[in-house]
Amino acid sequence: MAINWFKYAAPATFYGLAGKLIPWLAVASAMLFAIGLYIGFAVAPVDAQQGEFYRIIFIHVPASILSMFLYMIMAGYAALGLIFNTRLSAMMASAIAPTGALFAFISLWTGALWGKPMWGVWWLWDARMTSELILLFLYLGFIALHASIDDPRRADRASALLAIVGSVNVPIIYFSVKWWNTLHQGSTIKFTGSSMHIAMQQAMFTMMAACWLYAMAVVFARVRTIILERERNTTWVGELSEVKQ
Amino acid sequence: MKKSTMFGLLMLVVRRDLILAMRRRADVLTTLIFFVMVVSLFPLGVGPEMAMLRKMAPGVLWVAALLSSMLSLGRLFSADYLDGTLEQMMLAPQSLSMLVLGKMAAHWVVSGFPLVLMAPVLGLQFDMTGEALVVLIIGLLLGTPILSMVGAIGAALTLGLRGGGVLLSLLVLPLCIPVLIFATGAVDAVTSGLNITAHLSLLGAFFVMALVFTPWVTAQALRISME
Repeated sequence: MAINWFKYAAPATFYGLAGKLIPWLAVASAMLFAIGLYIGFAVAPVDAQQGEFYRIIFIHVPASILSMFLYMIMAGYAALGLIFNTRLSAMMASAIAPTGALFAFISLWTGALWGKPMWGVWWLWDARMTSELILLFLYLGFIALHASIDDPRRADRASALLAIVGSVNVPIIYFSVKWWNTLHQGSTIKFTGSSMHIAMQQAMFTMMAACWLYAMAVVFARVRTIILERERNTTWVGELSEVKQ
Repeated sequence: MKKSTMFGLLMLVVRRDLILAMRRRADVLTTLIFFVMVVSLFPLGVGPEMAMLRKMAPGVLWVAALLSSMLSLGRLFSADYLDGTLEQMMLAPQSLSMLVLGKMAAHWVVSGFPLVLMAPVLGLQFDMTGEALVVLIIGLLLGTPILSMVGAIGAALTLGLRGGGVLLSLLVLPLCIPVLIFATGAVDAVTSGLNITAHLSLLGAFFVMALVFTPWVTAQALRISME
């Protein structure tokens, strides 16, 4: 049996698939958030060095990891869209950007909240914090460029090129900031506790999975609205039951 | 029509852009004056203690150079875009990347090189030592062309957009951070008696990378913006 690998590359079929997946993803994400928070707050023990404050890592770490992964995925979709001229890829790239920016912001915000009690300052010019901030700037640049071009095709292609240039630059920026930091000052307090308690790991991974599912649900919901907006003049959109009324 | 070589084409574009720039000297001068003014504002803002100013000098000069190069980048393609020259250039059988490289080179000569010449004077105002000034100049000579080249990508992407200037800075400034770090780092290293070759080698590597990739990327960006 021949499988049509590209069936869901068409906006019309993907619209339906995403619509079916969203409730599952959202419910699974909410449940995992509840479980993760329960383990994080009630089961995981108090850290010997950091007291209760360490619990913020259960949201901080997943947010940081997702902000970086989402940029890579966004650049990947952007490249696909630019190379193969597939409409859905460009829509996915622009649907991912706000969620990625949100996670970058959450990561910075929770990092600052953790830094105040632990380091005594809200912000240190630490290599990871600085590169996360620059990552947020890159997301904002992508969103701003996409928003300021009226022609959707040019907007997709221009911001795709920017995302690719940015993804080439991300490692360069990361290492630049890292070397800059080590040149200026000794390494700051490091999170070098003994191996993590098992409950902490469980909480962390549950929260990570919850954040992934949340990101997928939100991106799918956003891409559905983008599809509807872009394809509003096609017949298949006109035949949708939610559009007819 | 005589078939021009790649290098001949490059020189032709550089010459044309330089002549155009010389016909409108005010544009060139305003960028330079902006640079001088931003640098002069810092001591007024942070106070006149010489020890602090000496430490801040490379960073201040570099941030000012970044800002003033953003200012002039908007003009890199816009005049040619508005009068249709750019469209003709894209129709030309010669490589668009080469044309773009020529425009980048001319842009640097007009807006980057004057900053390099001006920097030592401003550095003296901040009481920088002789060897720090030499390293600053080398850093600027290697770094400002990178700003022109990376900035050209942003200029091509934002061609003809409303609010293009601010958007351009938003897109390009994060990409220029490595240049800022290593160019100022080299000056810091020489003032604290460390070896500067690592910083300058990295800057040189960025320069070569930018030279290879940015003309092509900018050409792609121009095609996207013009279609």
